[in-house]
Amino acid sequence: MTSSASSLLDSSPAFTLKGGSFTATLVELLSVDPAHVEAQLRARLHDAAAFLLQSPVILSVEKVAHETADWSALLGLCQQLGIRLVGVRAPLQLQSGIEALGLPVLPPPRRKSPTSEELAVAPAPVAAAAQSTRVINQPVRGGQQIYAPGDLIVLAPVSAGAEVLADGHIHIYAPLRGRALAGVQGNLEARIFCQSLEAEMISVAGRYRVAEELRRTTSWGKPSQIYLQGETLALQAL
Amino acid sequence: MAKIIVVTSGKGGVGKTTTSAAIGSGLAMRGHRTVVVDFDVGLRNLDLIMGCERRVVYDFINVIQGDATLNQALIKDKRLENLYVLAASQTRDKDALSDEGVARVMGELSDQFDFVICDSPAGIEKGAHMAMYHADEAIVVTNPEVSSVRDSDRMLGLLSSKSRRAELGLEPIKEFLLLTRYNPERVETGEMLSVSDVEEILSIKLLGVIPESQAVLKASNQGVPVVFDAESDAGQAYSDAVERLLGAEMPHRFLEAQKKGLLKRLFGG
Repeated sequence: MTSSASSLLDSSPAFTLKGGSFTATLVELLSVDPAHVEAQLRARLHDAAAFLLQSPVILSVEKVAHETADWSALLGLCQQLGIRLVGVRAPLQLQSGIEALGLPVLPPPRRKSPTSEELAVAPAPVAAAAQSTRVINQPVRGGQQIYAPGDLIVLAPVSAGAEVLADGHIHIYAPLRGRALAGVQGNLEARIFCQSLEAEMISVAGRYRVAEELRRTTSWGKPSQIYLQGETLALQAL
Repeated sequence: MAKIIVVTSGKGGVGKTTTSAAIGSGLAMRGHRTVVVDFDVGLRNLDLIMGCERRVVYDFINVIQGDATLNQALIKDKRLENLYVLAASQTRDKDALSDEGVARVMGELSDQFDFVICDSPAGIEKGAHMAMYHADEAIVVTNPEVSSVRDSDRMLGLLSSKSRRAELGLEPIKEFLLLTRYNPERVETGEMLSVSDVEEILSIKLLGVIPESQAVLKASNQGVPVVFDAESDAGQAYSDAVERLLGAEMPHRFLEAQKKGLLKRLFGG
């Protein structure tokens, strides 16, 4: 019996399908002139070569999508400079053209609803969520601090001056007026959900934003979720 | 067994003592044997507001330390048969309040009375802690401004975690909001938080809204709890609050600004 035949009979799983999210560098094109791009890319590779070359790069062409360009030449240029492209973020009309060049196309981000990319990673298992979830029924008053080693669910308001912390997600089914810190052990996938965002401070895995900035956003006073997008905290209406 | 009610706020000057005197008197007027206890050791005020400052011989601390019996220290009100005051000491500080001493006095008062009203000092330190520790119910006195609301919120957190009921895992303290110094005109112009603003932030049951009133200052200076002034808006509002404390459903009054007539507008009102 050959080895390939025995492999065919082996029913133990050879792989599993999972979602995951990864950090990548985004190179956003503002010009389609290959010479112009090449000169400046070379200069940047000099000062930040390690940063660009060692991580996977996504080329974003949304800002120049309306221009007629030689995409083949631009992608070739990247390869020539040693930039490891893993995909191109482009609007729908360019999709077929760029896919023909052998690179996957990622859709541009939509502001109001999650992109398909985000939807794909959302159900990814979060290690901390497997641990115990804590449910709080009473209002969390100023001066009180509540910590959950897993997820934290609060069914009453979190007052100004109160602090809620969790290793996993934080759900608040009432106004959040105090501080909420999710992923305090460094879980980058942790999120904060609240019925009204009026927080003094929000933080996910150490990245934070304070009320002064939050007040200026359109999410202020609205049902919102907060999650980490790369290095920055993203706010999204629910 | 008496019902022990703490009148507290966190912030000073919001009307705790005025409220303790008015609510205590209001309960006694309705036939309930009531004692009002001043926990503000070192800054004795309750006896002044209740008009019995000249008859204080022994105080709360004397009873705690065994220098006097409870009955020697209780001051009987001259107006109401059922009303008593236990004054604070002015020469001692709050460290004189011992856990066992306060527990013993509360137990003795509880046997004799229907209601024990504890007038808490400002702050969240020992005096305030002692005043609320034995409470069954709490009246959180709040002014319609942000710092007072924040301090009340902090106090509510302590009531739910640091009281006897919380420590023994009993049914939690019943919390009531009493909004004092309410000025509907200033709410309309946006200078003051409205009743609904405060209710939304604190999310506890509203016991009453006491309008800002000249009658309160007059009552304090004369040593007559404002609830005796049945003509005044503040006196009526306190009476309503007492009824609600006893379980009656009453509509809230004095929430709207009075429309000023032409004469009042011309000559001021």
